[in-house]
Amino acid sequence: MNDAKTFDFELVSPEAKLMSEPAWQVQVPAEEGAMGVRAGHSPIVATVKPGIVEIWKSEGDKPQKIFIAGGFADITADNLTVLAEEAVNIADLNAADLDKDIQNLTDELSLAQDDMAKARLEKQISFAEIKKAALAA
Amino acid sequence: MPSLKEFRDRIASVKSTKKITSAMKMVAASKLKKAQEQAESSQPYATAMAGMLARVAGGVVVHANSPKLLIGTGKDDVHLLVVVTSDRGLCGGFNGNLIRKVRQDIRALQAEGKTVKLVTVGRKARDLLKGEHKDKIVTSYTGIGASGRVRFSEVNEITETVLGLFDKGEFDICTLVYNEFRSVLVQKPTGQQLIPFKMQEPEEANDNAKGEVEETANVPYDFEPEEEAILGQLLPRNLGVQMFRALLDSAAGEQAARMTAMDGATRNAGDRINALTLQYNRARQAYITKELIEIISGAEAV
Repeated sequence: MNDAKTFDFELVSPEAKLMSEPAWQVQVPAEEGAMGVRAGHSPIVATVKPGIVEIWKSEGDKPQKIFIAGGFADITADNLTVLAEEAVNIADLNAADLDKDIQNLTDELSLAQDDMAKARLEKQISFAEIKKAALAA
Repeated sequence: MPSLKEFRDRIASVKSTKKITSAMKMVAASKLKKAQEQAESSQPYATAMAGMLARVAGGVVVHANSPKLLIGTGKDDVHLLVVVTSDRGLCGGFNGNLIRKVRQDIRALQAEGKTVKLVTVGRKARDLLKGEHKDKIVTSYTGIGASGRVRFSEVNEITETVLGLFDKGEFDICTLVYNEFRSVLVQKPTGQQLIPFKMQEPEEANDNAKGEVEETANVPYDFEPEEEAILGQLLPRNLGVQMFRALLDSAAGEQAARMTAMDGATRNAGDRINALTLQYNRARQAYITKELIEIISGAEAV
């Protein structure tokens, strides 16, 4: 494997193609543990859990972090496509807003009646906490 | 014979109608463009999803414990129709044609002794179906895409409801009935089976996906977790994507249908104005002639 080589990284959501650019390494929070992908990776289809995708444009760069709310990754030797239903660039967030969100969601959760609403709110809180952790790191 | 004033009033009224219809036509045209752009930008995800499904499903051996979304419940007694229409009217036969198809489908299914349940999306579907088929409607959604864009999260709500019903065993087969966007002039009411999952025949629009699949079909793929588990997660997502695509199609179709309908209405209003103007001029001429005759015969009498 050639370390200097880049591959095509694509991040698509149902509403739009969010990113399409060459990357040196991408770390994907796959269901069975985080997966670091570089050019020449063996073909694999994996499910992705909610978490942070980290993208290194070139070696030694600071990675760009993007939160995704779960999805799928389709990996071939020179291509990585991540399908995500929701994606947020961590750089666009700030800690105060997230804290407020978590607070609001927790309040709503204490008021929620049916199980479906509760499950949904709990999911949103966990998403917000992942974002917060990524921002702090 | 109406008086001259009545003619003038009628011409003025048709003229203002024409202004409204031509404005609506232009608004619909710009909304159509937006809707088409949105449909286009959702294409990569759908294509990638289709490619992945083809890869995963190709490696799966179907057995009794396969995901129910793939193999179905083994029965086909209860059909759920998800009917997608617009919220607003004034778009020609867009909703009417679709509802007619739905009514036919319901009758055909009932003739076979099946039970039919309905989920309606859009105000028109609810209003037009609640007369005859009120007892069959499970839930109704309105106001989707009211913000000018159809959001995936809005559509997800419908998908989750449908999946919830399926898990509870409320139906065996789910069909999505919507207006497929063929072109600006043609929207075709279409039924698409969502549950159990049917591998779609690659259409022209999916040519890229097809090529990609064929290209990579020979490369051995790894799956993590194994195919079956991925499939179990992919299928519900795919349902959401199909639903989203249908709603985008329907949204674009609605605007296209409205544009066509308003174009026709504007033209008709123009014809009407011409006809009325002609009548008005004739009446005016007759009135003038009458007055002249009266003056002349008055003068002769003296």
